Amino acid sequence: MTAQVITVTSGKGGVGKTTAVANLATALAMDGKRVVCIDGDIGLRNLDVVMGLENRIVYDIVDVIEGRCKLKQAMIRDKHYSDLYLIPAAQTRDKNAVSPSDMIRICKDLRPDADFIIVDSPAGIERGFRNAIAAADRVLVVTNPEVSAVRDADRVVGILEAEEKGSPLLILNRLNPSLVKSNDMLSAEDVLDLLGIQLVGIVPEDENVIIGSNRGAPVVTDSKSRAGQAFKNIARRLQGQDVPFMDLANQGGIWSAIQRLTGRK
Amino acid sequence: MQQTTSIVHIKGIRDGLLATFSDAPWEDQQGALLGQIDERPAFFQGARLAIDVGPHTLKVNELVDLRDRLSERNVSLWAVVSESPTTEQTSQLLGLATRISKPRPEEQRQVAEVISSDSALFIIKTVRSGTRIEHPGNIVIVGDVNPGAEVVAEGNVIVWGRVRGMIHAGAKGDRSAFICALDLSANQLRIANEVSASLKPQKDPRPEIASINKEGYLQSEIWNAG
Repeated sequence: MTAQVITVTSGKGGVGKTTAVANLATALAMDGKRVVCIDGDIGLRNLDVVMGLENRIVYDIVDVIEGRCKLKQAMIRDKHYSDLYLIPAAQTRDKNAVSPSDMIRICKDLRPDADFIIVDSPAGIERGFRNAIAAADRVLVVTNPEVSAVRDADRVVGILEAEEKGSPLLILNRLNPSLVKSNDMLSAEDVLDLLGIQLVGIVPEDENVIIGSNRGAPVVTDSKSRAGQAFKNIARRLQGQDVPFMDLANQGGIWSAIQRLTGRK
Repeated sequence: MQQTTSIVHIKGIRDGLLATFSDAPWEDQQGALLGQIDERPAFFQGARLAIDVGPHTLKVNELVDLRDRLSERNVSLWAVVSESPTTEQTSQLLGLATRISKPRPEEQRQVAEVISSDSALFIIKTVRSGTRIEHPGNIVIVGDVNPGAEVVAEGNVIVWGRVRGMIHAGAKGDRSAFICALDLSANQLRIANEVSASLKPQKDPRPEIASINKEGYLQSEIWNAG
């Protein structure tokens, strides 16, 4: 049994890559999988904060590469799930401290003892991005329903195709169904129509995501959150299960409930 | 400043360094180039490198491999000049330039041949944001041209799909060039030196053809086969 390396990337910054990594990793661990997350954003690390592991960091990925510690020493065990680990990025170095072949080597060493290795890519399409996709078996592209984010995602998809990484899977994050309804936001169809890649999940806009990130408790641990449910579904799809897509239109509080009862749209 | 070894020549040009490959096997030459860089890392540190690979036909993974190995040595590959159309296309897909400031005389000759034989660059895939496709003849694309992509042809451009990026036909000044597409909602079209204002996406797209009309303006109209 060897692990699958999944890289999460986006092109544009701030669309929710790190949030997606923390949530998918936690959701996979909740399903009993052995998961290692790697923060590929050297110099701007924050996956540790979102996962609530900031104060446990002793060694980081650059220490491993430069031989100051063993790989196991840089793996931080999660607070709640014993089979979930994080390899943090170095905060005081830059992207040039890591090379694509370093990433391939680290993932190769991790593969025998894990089910999933999830790599968080930095924004952009330069060195850090190249490092992050070097070892990937599968790539998830995260985008928001915004024109600029979709255009950057398109650029990333083009690069991945040119490098023969296979067609990536799409996560559409922070969709607001009521804005789509009033024609003020790109719909999932608009985004898919342009990118032409397979959708693996739509995550609705949910303020619990921000609350969770700040507390260091990914939103998948909140059983009432819609976004958390969406991430759990994506994690199941990554395990090869066939999970139907959530009906996002039928939520949004009392008003939409009344509309449904009266049969108006 | 000129160094010479048996198979790879490196010289300084206006835009950085240019490495010229001979027709010896690709592996040997790649090794020779990296060897030269490793010998004098300080000289190559942070250099912008263009390579002229002559007739070598390079696949994506070969170029990616070279680029990664150069990047590990802190040398950035920005352009690949080649006589092989496959290599040119590969380079363009990877976002590398295929021309350096001074085009080579052989290239000019090739251009004339391409146009006279009416051969077209044929692309069966969606052209995505950040990709620039350039060709000295006609271009046929089966797929979409997404926003942020650029397609530049010295001849005509035909797109069997939706155009939302930028298309330039007749790039060397041919005012009789045309652009046609199943859905022409481009953010900009150019023919020769005429530029169109952005075309609004249509509710019910129909095939359109854009050309320069008698008054000398670039205009597009619904394709009417009858």
